[in-house]
Amino acid sequence: MTSVDTTQGVRRRKAASPFLRVAKRIGASLFSVIATLFGLLFVTFLIARVMPIDPVLAVVGERASNEIYEAAYKQLGLDQPFIVQFFYYVRDVVTGNFGMSNLTARPVLDDIARVFPATLELATLATIIGVLFGIPAGVVSAVYEGRWPDQVIRFIGLFGYSMPIFWIGLIGLMVFYGKLGWVGGPGRLDIFYEDIIPSVTGMILVDSLIARDWTIFWNAVSHIILPASILGYYSLAYISRMTRSFMLEQLGQEYITTARVKGLSETKVIWRHALGNVMIPLITVIVLSYASLLEGSVLTEVIFAWPGLGNYITNALLSADMNAVLGGTVIVGLVFVGLNLLSDFLYKIVDPRSR
Amino acid sequence: MTEKTETGGLKAWLNADVPTSPSHAKAIQAYLGWLKLVANPLAFLGFLILVALVLCAAFAPYIAPADPLAQNLAERLSPPGSGGYLLGSDELGRDIFSRIVYGSRITLMIVTLVALTAPVFGLLVGTFAGYMGGWIDEALMRITDIFLAFPKLVLALAFVAALGAGIENAILAIAITSWPAYARIARAETLTIRNSDFISAVRLQGAGTLHIIVRHIWPLCLSSIVVRMTLDMAGIILTAAGLGFLGLGAQPPMPEWGAMISAGRKFILDQWWVATMPGLAIFIVSLGFNLLGDGLRDILDPKKSKS
Repeated sequence: MTSVDTTQGVRRRKAASPFLRVAKRIGASLFSVIATLFGLLFVTFLIARVMPIDPVLAVVGERASNEIYEAAYKQLGLDQPFIVQFFYYVRDVVTGNFGMSNLTARPVLDDIARVFPATLELATLATIIGVLFGIPAGVVSAVYEGRWPDQVIRFIGLFGYSMPIFWIGLIGLMVFYGKLGWVGGPGRLDIFYEDIIPSVTGMILVDSLIARDWTIFWNAVSHIILPASILGYYSLAYISRMTRSFMLEQLGQEYITTARVKGLSETKVIWRHALGNVMIPLITVIVLSYASLLEGSVLTEVIFAWPGLGNYITNALLSADMNAVLGGTVIVGLVFVGLNLLSDFLYKIVDPRSR
Repeated sequence: MTEKTETGGLKAWLNADVPTSPSHAKAIQAYLGWLKLVANPLAFLGFLILVALVLCAAFAPYIAPADPLAQNLAERLSPPGSGGYLLGSDELGRDIFSRIVYGSRITLMIVTLVALTAPVFGLLVGTFAGYMGGWIDEALMRITDIFLAFPKLVLALAFVAALGAGIENAILAIAITSWPAYARIARAETLTIRNSDFISAVRLQGAGTLHIIVRHIWPLCLSSIVVRMTLDMAGIILTAAGLGFLGLGAQPPMPEWGAMISAGRKFILDQWWVATMPGLAIFIVSLGFNLLGDGLRDILDPKKSKS
């Protein structure tokens, strides 16, 4: 949003050459991203500072002598001024050093690289579900504004906003896995299928397709379908609400009346003309909902024992593994900022007016 | 909406075309808002749910048939309706209905504390930034953006991890992660108000910055803040319940709904009611906030209700 404002400001001032204008715009958004990331690191740094766990004790253990304690204290840079410590921290993060995880005894970055594809797979499928159902639902409720289809869809959306995701996940597991046996249980695969196919992308659906192993593929589908549908329901609620308000705006425009007067079929007017123009702002909405699913899947992953980033952060939290928690937080923040940037960027590419 | 009825003093007074005093004007406005709320069945339903929540919290000792902490191991995990347990009993034989009733106090406390902190802080930051402009605006909004760029639940998790698990820290973490949205709204409102004639008039009369912000800008920001707050409350309840579910919010034996679901998770396949009932309570309350917020948006914002 903010970068859209700044571009308009730049345009109004009519900069000398188009090249300068573009350079200025890129510079401005680059500055804003770097400032945001810097702030993000400062917040995680502060969190690490206020935590009641003594970082020295975590390294040397309870029974270390005073000399060893002092040495470790110096080695960790804790004798340095606050601001110097912060720059050490930034330097570490920039070079990809998030420290070691106490829980897995491996570098945090390696751990995250291992678990991230699982989250990505889940969030992607959920977004696809949300888009496939959310956009038509939004269009229908805009066309039938105020009448019963609109009310029904609005109610379904409000239901989605109001349900605790971990609760509906549990109930889904109980009904569809426990009672009916239609879907696979927690985890990404049945236990005897694990570690059979080579991991190429880390996403089991893709890996099993690459290996052409249909048994594993369908098993993976049966495991992912429930968590993905539940997450997809949330993004459906958001996407359909936004589609509805965008569509209402377009349907009130004169070109729609013109198209109708010219005798175009209602289907064409709605699904081609109006929806075509709605797609531009919708891209932003979809990217933002994708970003929120990447982080919002924390509770879903816990319920479904899904070995993704959310599960990793939660487990680290419960065992006071601060390096892993903060590393995970920074990565999620990075992805979030990156996707926000991407949505701004896509908006500019797709919408000819903002070029 | 403003039909005249000839029935008696109060109604006529509330329907007067010309208010006679500022408090009369406020009463008329409140009455018209009330009429719109009643006319919108879904919003009214939400309103009723919240009234029920408040009553439930206030009269918990009279509504709950049992002590929420009283254990009865002989009758643990009894199904709903059996042995005097309306919604069944949990793994320690505690009455789930009584625990839900008492849990409404915790939910109400969380909602009230967050509502008293995050929007107020956001309003302060947003109006100050919007009114002062210049580098103050730039700096404050940059900080706001940093918090907005952070995913809420993960940030709350990190805060709770640092501060330690517990209901107070969960509330603090939620408040810290939810103020930026209010700051953005308040700033946007302030920018539109700042240059209007009446502000210039007040300033010419010699009013100071603080006076203008507090007496003239805050009241005008209030309606958008309230709408946003009502819609946010559902999310806040869900986040608090999520933290409770992860064991980072309210600690046992407190009858917090999220923690109750977490305890019932082990029994979900055989004793479904232990986890299902508190979840229903969370769902109903956050649905209430969503319905009311949705309706309030239409009532308080005439632009949107027309479109």
